[in-house]
Amino acid sequence: MFAQRLASPSTFRTLPAFLMMAIVLPLLAGCGYNTIPTAEENARAAWSEVLNQYQRRADLIPNLVETVKGYASHEKDTLDAVVEARAKATQITVTPETLKDPEALKKFQDAQAGLTSALSRLIAVSEAYPDLKANQNFLALQAQLEGTENRIAVSRRDYIQAVRDYNLTLRTFPSVLWATFWFRGNEPFANFTVAEDKMQPPKVDFGTKQGG
Amino acid sequence: MPRNASLTFLAVILSFLFLPLAIAADLPVLTGRVVDNAGILDAATKAALTRKLADFETKGSDQIVVATIPSLDGEEIEPYANRLFRFWKLGQAKENNGVLLLVAPNDRKMRIEVGYGLEGTLTDLHTKLIIENDMVPAFRAGDFSGGISKAVDDMVMVLEGNPEELEARGERNQQAPFESDDLFFAVFISIWAIIFFGSIAVSVLPPIFGQKLGPGRYRWLGMTFEPSRRSSRGGWSSGSSSGGWSSGSSSGGGFSGGGGSSGGGGSSGSW
Repeated sequence: MFAQRLASPSTFRTLPAFLMMAIVLPLLAGCGYNTIPTAEENARAAWSEVLNQYQRRADLIPNLVETVKGYASHEKDTLDAVVEARAKATQITVTPETLKDPEALKKFQDAQAGLTSALSRLIAVSEAYPDLKANQNFLALQAQLEGTENRIAVSRRDYIQAVRDYNLTLRTFPSVLWATFWFRGNEPFANFTVAEDKMQPPKVDFGTKQGG
Repeated sequence: MPRNASLTFLAVILSFLFLPLAIAADLPVLTGRVVDNAGILDAATKAALTRKLADFETKGSDQIVVATIPSLDGEEIEPYANRLFRFWKLGQAKENNGVLLLVAPNDRKMRIEVGYGLEGTLTDLHTKLIIENDMVPAFRAGDFSGGISKAVDDMVMVLEGNPEELEARGERNQQAPFESDDLFFAVFISIWAIIFFGSIAVSVLPPIFGQKLGPGRYRWLGMTFEPSRRSSRGGWSSGSSSGGWSSGSSSGGGFSGGGGSSGGGGSSGSW
């Protein structure tokens, strides 16, 4: 065996050094080359998950709007606002390639936040319609929507964490050495600035919408 | 001198390796399938639930855990439940088939958090209905044990609703719940990798960095290396194969998560 041939009896004296080197060498390799690409791919994957969940929400909306229309057709403004916000939000896509651009991410975030607030207005308005609230289809959609909003929150949190890890590898020792000498094209990804739910205070419009 | 230095170095490296195990604060400990930190369940219910959930796991490998905490300390229940789920790693690693039923009596809130793998079976709507129909009325009447038992029954019923799928999942995860042995496996592999690459290093590095003492003899780091000398009496063979890498050890002792994760599926409610 290879190791046998190399390890003569006298190397027993050098066992500690042997072990030390044996542990240090893989560690040196481990803190090197792979760090940046791994972190980058993790961040991209986390972003795909964010997009996926937003898409899922967008897919739920047409059904929701149709259901609400059936019971509360004169809430036209609120319904139109949701449809419009959805159209706007689905127009703006951020591919993994444009993740480096904070402006693009900001636009995306604003559009999605607009949709979030339009949706929460719609849900608030629908509270006034007992028939609608009792509708099984509406209940199902509402549960799915709530679940999706929560998944969005989770995926955003994961993305924030993944981007933080990735950006850290570009700026901290020792991976910064790889960044300077090898991965020169890698730029930090833009991150969400504020949690979406904290960005906008709940909007309640008293008086303007009297249900029924 | 170098020997001491290298030994301390070893100790430092090893302590870094085990550091992550020491970080585990502020979240409750997974003591079993029913973690009743709020103390709202009676002993009989607890025992019955534990048995039922253990049976259910042996059938389909799905891990359902019931947890109660006195208070959320101002946090929303959704992020807390997700954090706890991921901390406990409920569900098998490859299936992500865990479910966490969390109740916080002082906040009057509950949540059913569903792992990635079960989102398609135990949908958001199912969990919503279970919360609204089973738990809320019972909790309003102060019957925590009854509400939780009923909720667990219904969750099991929904998960059993697709029996073939459940059995397939169980079979996939029957042999070798390897998750708890992953660490040992990694250590095992790395030791052998170390021996292999280390021996290469011993033959390559001293000639480069060391001081030449004679033909094939080098002095480096205060030690003498003779990489080219042939010897039949190597000491690196055999020895470690007797270790205990037996799989399936997780069933004997306490209960632990299988390595699953959750992406925020499920739903919440309050009473």
